[in-house]
Amino acid sequence: MPDYTTIIGLEVHVQLATHSKLFCGCSTRFGAEPNTQTCPVCLGLPGALPVMNAEAVRLAVMTGLALDCEIPAYTKWDRKQYFYPDLPKGYQISQYDLPLTQKGRLEIRDDKERFASKEVRITRAHLEEDAGKSSHDEAAGKGDSLIDLNRTGTPLLEIVSEPDLRNSLEARAYLDELKLLLTYLGVSDCNMQEGSLRVDANVNLHIETPAGKVATPIVEIKNLNSFRAVERALDYEAQRQFREWEETGKKLGEAPKTTRGWDDVAGKTKAQRSKEESADYRYFPDPDLAPVRTSPEQLAKARAELPPRPAELREQLTREHKLSPYDAGVLVNLGRPVLDYFFAVVAKCGDAKAACNWITQDIQRTLKYRDREFAELNLPAERLGELIALVAKGELPTARSREVFEAMIDSGDDAHSVMQQLGIGAVDESELIALCQELLAANPRVVDDVKNGKQQAIGALIGQAKKKNPNADPARIRELCLELIAKM
Amino acid sequence: MALVDLSATEQRAKLNAREVTAVELAQAYLARIAAKDGEIGAFLRVTGEAALAQAAEVDRKRAAGEPLGLLAGLPVAVKDVLCQQGELTTCASRMLEHFRSPYDSTVVAKLKAADAVLIGRTNMDEFAMGGSTENSAFQPTRNPHDLTRSPGGSSGGAAACVAAKMAPLSIGTDTGGSIRQPAGLCGCVGLKPTYGRVSRYGLVAFASSLDQVGPLASTVEDTALLMEAIAGHDPRDSTSLPVESPKFSQTVNQPLKDLRIGIVPEHFAAGLDPEMEAAVRGAIEVYKSLGAKIVEVDLPHGKYGVAAYYVIAPCEASSNLSRYDGIHYGHRASEPAVEAELAAERAEALARGDKAAAEAVESTLVRLYRRSRTEGFGAEVKRRIMIGAYALSAGYYDAYYLKALKVRRLIRQDFDRAFSQVDLILSPVTAAPAFKLGKLVDDPLQMYLVDLYTVTANLAGIPAISLPCGMSKSGLPLGFQLLAPPLEEERLLRGARMCEEKRKS
Ligand SMILES: [Zn+2]
Repeated sequence: MPDYTTIIGLEVHVQLATHSKLFCGCSTRFGAEPNTQTCPVCLGLPGALPVMNAEAVRLAVMTGLALDCEIPAYTKWDRKQYFYPDLPKGYQISQYDLPLTQKGRLEIRDDKERFASKEVRITRAHLEEDAGKSSHDEAAGKGDSLIDLNRTGTPLLEIVSEPDLRNSLEARAYLDELKLLLTYLGVSDCNMQEGSLRVDANVNLHIETPAGKVATPIVEIKNLNSFRAVERALDYEAQRQFREWEETGKKLGEAPKTTRGWDDVAGKTKAQRSKEESADYRYFPDPDLAPVRTSPEQLAKARAELPPRPAELREQLTREHKLSPYDAGVLVNLGRPVLDYFFAVVAKCGDAKAACNWITQDIQRTLKYRDREFAELNLPAERLGELIALVAKGELPTARSREVFEAMIDSGDDAHSVMQQLGIGAVDESELIALCQELLAANPRVVDDVKNGKQQAIGALIGQAKKKNPNADPARIRELCLELIAKM
Repeated sequence: MALVDLSATEQRAKLNAREVTAVELAQAYLARIAAKDGEIGAFLRVTGEAALAQAAEVDRKRAAGEPLGLLAGLPVAVKDVLCQQGELTTCASRMLEHFRSPYDSTVVAKLKAADAVLIGRTNMDEFAMGGSTENSAFQPTRNPHDLTRSPGGSSGGAAACVAAKMAPLSIGTDTGGSIRQPAGLCGCVGLKPTYGRVSRYGLVAFASSLDQVGPLASTVEDTALLMEAIAGHDPRDSTSLPVESPKFSQTVNQPLKDLRIGIVPEHFAAGLDPEMEAAVRGAIEVYKSLGAKIVEVDLPHGKYGVAAYYVIAPCEASSNLSRYDGIHYGHRASEPAVEAELAAERAEALARGDKAAAEAVESTLVRLYRRSRTEGFGAEVKRRIMIGAYALSAGYYDAYYLKALKVRRLIRQDFDRAFSQVDLILSPVTAAPAFKLGKLVDDPLQMYLVDLYTVTANLAGIPAISLPCGMSKSGLPLGFQLLAPPLEEERLLRGARMCEEKRKS
């Protein structure tokens, strides 16, 4: 069986987080009653004219810069023409040959190092207006279709990658990193359920045959409703294309590009009768809109205002805060608010590793078990910093730090008052030695067992020690007991 | 002298002097319309009741001493292509026969703000495509000077209602000459403003980069008055020019000094009707007598104007008109009929034993589009949609659309060069006086040549005005055209007024 390489390019549509639509003042809020967020412009009524939303362009330019794209000084709007009921004007205002941003890149990596870090080239990222939403009520017998035009005209940024991805893992990493970037830039909420992030994948295979390398026809996969679906669909499609090639021997150029829809339940892609096949969109510049010019000054300003990107933040965490790449990745993945929290905690306690552990482990755990969002966490960063500092200074036994942490969240009090309430204080070493001597004297069997090599027998003493002095550090008790027995 | 025989400027003076009320003026025009429009057919709908209510409101305001707008109490007719809230806006098309606009176009809003009395909606070529108003889906309009002849188009109703004194002021639109040509054929004044001077918001688009709304009236003074009311920057139209608009009515009577007028020798070549040529040369003599210097200028690419226009305009039209698909509004074919038709086609294919053909029968949706548009659009609209769709198709785009855009740039450069030598350019507006109804309707190419003298102003985006310069022996109006550099409407109106004034004396 010959070897093959999967060639994947992704087209990601992101709804930009503007308050109003791309060419009219209607709200972009999700979930309103159908057809309540419309006006003559987005309804495509006779005579209505579009007016560009400058905020959408600003967000698109910011994204382009974050993807290391070129931002041409001159771009324009084009009409992409086709008939569909969710497209009331009969054309979509998009960008054809002069996108707002082009030729960028995004580095992808894997925490588990299942693939080597690589740069994925970004072909272009252009702005366009979204279409409406049709729902087909086939069940009603008559096959009535309903159209909601609330979404019509919402600004979409279409980010197109070069076919640089080689498997579903890389595709997933690309999507994760892109989503993270967009979230950090604040340009989109990237909510796939609400349709603010949509993915189409272009896939084909390069097959090694005795006669040389053969490329199979390109298939576009649509209806990918989650990143998991993207992975599954790509894996499925690679195998399907290979089987198809074995059966038909059809190469790239011998069959047209086809569109297949992913069926998540069946776990299969299915051929779609595409409205796009052999379609001629008759693109031409929209005469209702002026070209968009970006001056070097505007660009410099946008560059200066660009917030740090996830990749830069990970770099900062490993370089300045000496976190492991893994920890840095986990922390950055938790999002900008958590990262800012981390920086504030470190500012207070000076211990980045401890801060990272508390935030990525304890806080996540407690949020999960309390079923709360991070924004609802009742623990200011200074207080967590203080807690970490107290542990570091030995004033708060590590053994009881989690108890204090939970109590702080419950009560909203600071570490000192919680420790007072719980009667927690540092235990003097001589006090601990006295305690251990007392326990050993009272438990000769344990002493014997340990001397006979059964070190785990100490465990029984630790429980008793905790009862007598809740502040006693179990690890230290164990050490002291072993030392004392050794001297016996 | 009857009220309707006065110019709008004179009527305005009478209204201001309280010698006549707005209601009396509206009644006079409504009576005139009732008497005349049966034979002319300038109006698609007369909004008499609403007009009288508006007029009464103006009279009330005046009586109460409230501030009044520029056009307070003056009746204005509006071409049925500008959206007016709550009113039908049909574009003289079956497609929009029942379309009631939920919003006001900026021009209509400005007219309302100026306290104009909106008296009715005028007939036009369907979607403003045509030069005779014969492409209206609803009725022909006749030239008031000869009822067997066309008033021109596409703003034929707009010009005819002014010529027949059924409205003192009238709003038209001009994409390739649709204001100036009917004004010329009906013997009134019509101004196509600089592209971007008047808002297109709410103007049902034909060719977006060429369309302009403009005034028609019986005098240049009145034209200036109406122009002043409708011009100005509009943030809702991205192609609207962000410049302040002058008060044209206040300067229109100031003659221009040291006027240099350009003429293009080719404009007087073969094809120009001798009577028309004599009249236009007469207008040149008028300017000479006023001390103007006449300079020959060269517009070498003007001869490609019609060709470029008939690529660009249909391209844009094919796109602009794709929204009329019978889905959201406008004419929709009968769904049961469509279903039945498709079922019959499938059955017929199956009866032949052709399963593939049965499966290939198009979907209900596609057939619904096809049927709705087939039924909703007239022949000329379909012709232009097809020309445009063809010219924008892959493989033809460069040869047609891009080439036409190049010609367009060259034409603009021609004008820029010419206007470095002269203040205004004078030319015929039509090659001949009004033609007989039905004469050109079956000859689209001849009909397209009607735009010969007018399209270049649209392509270059410059302002141009058409005004009378005599009558033919058979009693048909003869007119000419003045063109000015971008945003020089004031110069254009003052220059036109000089000739009008001189010819009167
Ligand atoms: Zn809207």
